[in-house]
Amino acid sequence: MAAIRSGDESAMAALYDRYSSIVYAVGLRVLADTGAAEDVLQEVFMQLWRNPGVFDASRGNLGAWLAVIARNRAIDTLRKRRPETDIADVVVSVEPDMAGEAERSRAIERVRGTLGEMPAAQRSALEMAYFEGLTHTEIAAKTGEPLGTIKTRIRAGLATLRKAFEA
Amino acid sequence: MSVHEQFADDLALLALGQLQGDERVALEKHLEGCAACRRELDQLRGDMALLALSTAGPAPPRRARERLLKAMAKEPRAAKLAARRWTWTLIPWLASAAFALAAVFFFWQSDRLSQRVAELQGELVQQQAQLERAREVVATLTSTDAVRVTLVAAQAPAQPQGKAIYVRARSSLVFLASNMPALPAQKAYELWLIPTNGAPIPAGVFKPDAHGSATVIQPPLPTGVQAKAFAITIEPEQGSATPTMPIVMMGAGE
Repeated sequence: MAAIRSGDESAMAALYDRYSSIVYAVGLRVLADTGAAEDVLQEVFMQLWRNPGVFDASRGNLGAWLAVIARNRAIDTLRKRRPETDIADVVVSVEPDMAGEAERSRAIERVRGTLGEMPAAQRSALEMAYFEGLTHTEIAAKTGEPLGTIKTRIRAGLATLRKAFEA
Repeated sequence: MSVHEQFADDLALLALGQLQGDERVALEKHLEGCAACRRELDQLRGDMALLALSTAGPAPPRRARERLLKAMAKEPRAAKLAARRWTWTLIPWLASAAFALAAVFFFWQSDRLSQRVAELQGELVQQQAQLERAREVVATLTSTDAVRVTLVAAQAPAQPQGKAIYVRARSSLVFLASNMPALPAQKAYELWLIPTNGAPIPAGVFKPDAHGSATVIQPPLPTGVQAKAFAITIEPEQGSATPTMPIVMMGAGE
């Protein structure tokens, strides 16, 4: 990151090579459009290039931080709204370090396994909120479930994921 | 401290960017004063990052990389710092236009800036208080006036002891030792971080004081190394890059 702060393009390219697949995959899942996902990818990395000061180690690990920023930006695009989240405010606290290829594939397997074991209603509430950017009110209307149930499912789903990495 | 239960559902929604209206205002106000809930929010974002991982799939097309590099080349950051010559005398009308635009722009900016200044001042006060606390902790640990007492089973002879406290995510290490035997001149103790993979990493050179006490605070360490154990060897005063046997003290994580 220090090299990027001093304007080193090759350092930025190396970061891109390491994390672009995470950022791109999130964009693609949310927007279901390769062109739009490439736009998200471009925007996220250009933001980091223009202002590398927004990320420092106290914000968590860079892979996780980029994933969260990419998801938020893709949802903003999906809902055709102006970027809502100020990236300077986002702190991400997560255990697995996503820098290494091997550690990352282990984490991916574990996340998918955990999602697979989740009750279907919990998983679908979580995915609708996260990947489709639906509000809990919209999810409640869509599924015919009470608002409180949806809120609880989203929270419980996130907690289940966390637990899978604490074990 | 635990998360306030009444905000637990809303924290998840805030992390997802979906909390609006009064509920959001109420929660943001609560977050200003509640470190436990702020930590939970950061962790919820971490959980979201895990969810993002489930999408992992094909790498982006090659052209996306080229596009990024091209865009970066158009905005070279080092160049921004270089002074640009402005040929005022040749085109004064352009300068006047620029001043007029700048005036409008600054007028608009000033309001936003003053808000930001107020926010920053608030943050600064908080950070100063945190810094002050952190300083006191470090000063206590490192003070030459500090009374260092190691409690052991009654009637046991005093044993050399070391305590390493290491936070991997921050690459942060604090080490406290007591009852360390004195060393010959030109020799010092060296602390080693033994990673789960790879060679021991130097984690600071120290000499005990007259009472056998010593501290190593925040030695430079590579980031994110998982520690299997810590060990101490005796080395030349300036320290070594690899440990010289024998290991005089060693301990694994609890």
